[in-house]
Order: sequence, then C-alpha cells, then structure tokens
Amino acid sequence: MINRLVAAALPVTLVTAAIIAAWYVAAVSLNSEWAEKQAERAGTELTWRELIAETMSQERPRLAAPHQVMTELWDTVVNKKITSKRSLVFHGRITLSATILGFVIGTALGILLAVGIVHNRAMDLGVMPWAIASQAIPILALAPMIIVVLYSIGLSGLLPKAVISAYLSFFPVVVGMVAGLRSPESMDMDLLDTYAANRWQIFWKLRLPASMPFLFASLKVGVAASLVGAIVGELPTGAVAGLGARLLAGSYYGQTIQIWSALLAAAALAAMLVGLIGLAQKITLSRMGLAG
Amino acid sequence: MADTVIKATDLNLAFSTDDGQVEALRDVNLDIRKGEFVSLIGPSGCGKTSFLRVVAALESPTGGALTVNGMRPDEARRARAYGYVFQAAGLYPWRTIAANVRLPLEIMRYDREERNERVRRVIDLVGLSGFENRFPWQLSGGMQQRASIARALAFDADILLMDEPFGALDEIVRDHLNEQLLSLWRRTGKTIGFVTHSIPEAVYLSNRIVVMSPRPGRITAIIESDLPDERPLEIRDSPEFIAIARRVRQELRAGGFDD
Repeated sequence: MINRLVAAALPVTLVTAAIIAAWYVAAVSLNSEWAEKQAERAGTELTWRELIAETMSQERPRLAAPHQVMTELWDTVVNKKITSKRSLVFHGRITLSATILGFVIGTALGILLAVGIVHNRAMDLGVMPWAIASQAIPILALAPMIIVVLYSIGLSGLLPKAVISAYLSFFPVVVGMVAGLRSPESMDMDLLDTYAANRWQIFWKLRLPASMPFLFASLKVGVAASLVGAIVGELPTGAVAGLGARLLAGSYYGQTIQIWSALLAAAALAAMLVGLIGLAQKITLSRMGLAG
Repeated sequence: MADTVIKATDLNLAFSTDDGQVEALRDVNLDIRKGEFVSLIGPSGCGKTSFLRVVAALESPTGGALTVNGMRPDEARRARAYGYVFQAAGLYPWRTIAANVRLPLEIMRYDREERNERVRRVIDLVGLSGFENRFPWQLSGGMQQRASIARALAFDADILLMDEPFGALDEIVRDHLNEQLLSLWRRTGKTIGFVTHSIPEAVYLSNRIVVMSPRPGRITAIIESDLPDERPLEIRDSPEFIAIARRVRQELRAGGFDD
C-alpha cells in the first residue's frame, strides 16, 4: 500500500520539483538586471550570494519567486478575514459563485441543444455550425459587449459573469453529449425497435445512459472553461471583486506577486472543480457498472 | 391454413448501395406454422437475416407481402407478437442481468409486481438464477446470450426470432445451449425462426430447414426433418441425422456461394 502510494506520488513530486527549480532559475535571471542597477546607483558591488538574495526579495519583481508567491498566498488566504477585500478567499468565493452558476447554465443549455440536435434534423444542420462559430470569437473581445448589453437592460453583478462563463462551457457539453447520445450501436437501437419503444423511451432507456461517460468527460472541460469565463467576465467590470479583479488590480500597480498568487489560486480552484467532477464520475459510473 | 403464423408471399427486398441495387430477397414464399422450429441456413448474403428483419419490421419489403399472425409486421410488433434475439447478446452494460431482462417489460408498461415475477420466471427458465444482480461483463459469453434469450421471453410473445444467436460461441457452449433451447421450445410451444450457418445446428434443432442462396437472396430448398421431437445430442451420430445433414449440404452447394 505504502509502496504504491510512493510510486504514485513520485512522478508528481519530481515534476513539481523540476518546475520549481526552473522557476527559481528564471526568477534569478529575470530579476538580476534590476538588482544590479540598484546596486550601481547605490555605488556598491554585489557578490554572487547577495545578487541571488536580491532577486528573490524584490517588492515588484519581473518574475516572483515561488516562496514569495507562497508567502503572499498564505497571507491572503489564511491570515486575512474572509470578509476582507484583501482576502483571496473573499475574491475566490465571488469568482466561484459565478463559475458555478455559469457552469450550471452552460451545462443545461449544452444538454438541451444536444438533445435537440440528435432528435431534430433541422437543429442538427442549423445549430452545430453556430455553436462552432460561437467559439471562434475571442471571448476577451466579446465579454465587454455582454457586460454592456446586460447592464443596459438592468442586469449586473453575478449574472453577466455567469453568462460569459456559460458561453464558454456549453460548447464542450454540446459536442460531448451529441457524440454520447449517438453512441448506441444500431443493434441496441434495433432491440428497442422490436419492443415498439417510442423516442422518449429510447432516450431514457438507451441514449441517456449510454451518454454518461461522454457527459463527464465534457463536464471536466466545461468546468475549467467556466472558471476562465468567470475570470474574464471580471476583467471589464472595473476591477471590483473576484480573482479577475485581483489580477487586473495587480497588473495596474505592477504587483506581480499578487498576480501570481491570484493565478495560482485560480489554478487550485480549477483543479478542485475538475477533481470534484472526477469524483462524481467515478461514483456514478461504478454504480452503473461502467467502471471507468 | 389456419395455424400459419408467418406468411411470406412473393417477398422482395432491395437495398440501394454505392454499387447499385442489391437484391437481398427475391420472390420468397414461406409459411411458418404455429409451434414450428424453422431454421434458415445459407452462406453470407443469402438474405436469411434480412428475412428475419422483415418479419420483425426492422426492414420494409420492397415487394410482395408478409403477415405475422395475420397482421402487417409493424402491427404485429405493436401487438408484441415476437421476441428477437440478436447475434450478439446486446445487453445494456449499465443494467444488471435482471434489469436487462426487465427492459422490455418497462417499455411495455407492465406493473412492478408482474415485472418482478416475470423476470424471476424467465431467468429461472434459462438457468441464470443467482446471477440477477451481476453486470453483463461479469458473465461468460454463453451466459450473456442466455440472458438475452430470457429478455426475449420475458413478455409473452408466441414467436421467437433468433439471428445466429450462438454464432460467436465456442462449440462446447453452443452444443449445451442448443440442447437447452430445444427443451425450452418443447416446454413453451413457441414458434421459432432461427438463422444459422451451421448445418449440424440447423438439423439438430429444426422441424424444417430452409436453404437459401445469394445473389439474389432466395429460397432454393425446404427440407422437412423426420427426426423425433426428443433429441439427445447423440442423435447427431444417427444415420437419419447424417442423411438430412447431407441433403442440406448438397442443396447449399447447388445454390452456390460467394467466397
């Protein structure tokens, strides 16, 4: 058991260690220029050790060193009250609520569209090209429009962000569910035909259960896209709150450490959401005898 | 004839493919009587499976007429006239064995109590008691095919249409299932239409053997079997059995085949 745990953890640990090492090397080389200039102005000469130490303790480094980001993360996640505007948990919760609402809307829309596409020829021909075209537009260009249009009809706050989030997350669900609902083989369909099953029964007894593995794969992609959508949706709102606002504020004031810690928080949030869906997938599929 | 359950008259079935028209069935005339065990045998492309699919209303004939219990095939289907067993067991992997057998009963809206009673009875009939809560992948190929037969028997259709149900199984399992199928047929008195490409299987199981040949798919001979109803596996060594098998083989050879 312990051996297996070690065997499973070893590759991850090695890769993480390699990334951190590369990160430090990059931090030293990117930040040394500024440190040397500072020393020159002060008329002092830096030794090797001093130079390296300098590159890792700047207030606004070009590339924040990992321990600086970790310290900032610890400070803003653990040490601040979660009601404080300086708490990453405060901002994370705002982004998370938009992500989840957007994900739910996007998933529902994606499933509905997929059901329509599979059952209706006109929708099959008419909807899919539009769905694909919708994803060809850069969301960064579209997000401000959505915010402005929704604001003009009196909608602001959570919902516009959720709409952008849904805009990104419905697509993988449509694509996955169309494939999933069409995955039964012709023999499986013929069998239900011999029982004179109607379309409704074919959907519930065959198409939907057969699509489950496809659905979960899509949901994993969809939830990550939802998070991206929610963050992008926070950028044009004038940097009020949320991880996106935190990123924007950080870049206004050159707070690279703050940017990196917000980025890492977003990545951790994405990993957690994908992990939760993976868990739901495992439970559902093993109950269905489809141990996947 | 009053007790004819499946009646095909000058039946034609053509498919359009990229290579032009394919005549799957040409001028097929066949009467299957109540309680008969009729095998359709022939090389691939002879239309034996197509014939079964027309009976099941999975294909629409392009000419001639076919009735099942005096009805059009699609009417007969709605009247639950037949159960169909496919080449592969085709069990839904997310359903347990019992839930797979229950599937037609759910679709036909039997009430819960009757569903459970019927599932129990047919699972017992095919010898799968104790495996109700297993998933299909936990069962051998032969057991899966028995479950699919139970599924076709779960509602009281008088006709059982079987499309090479044992084709993918090894010979030992196939012998065993052939014996069980015969005993099931004698106990239930169903009418069975059975597609196969195995001469011993056809002769062992059937009252009548319909020999078909390809291009176009048609019936070239119908051979009556005078073997007794009670058939131990050893009957296959008897001179009577060998004589019938020889006639089937000669008719198959005369019909020609694609290879």
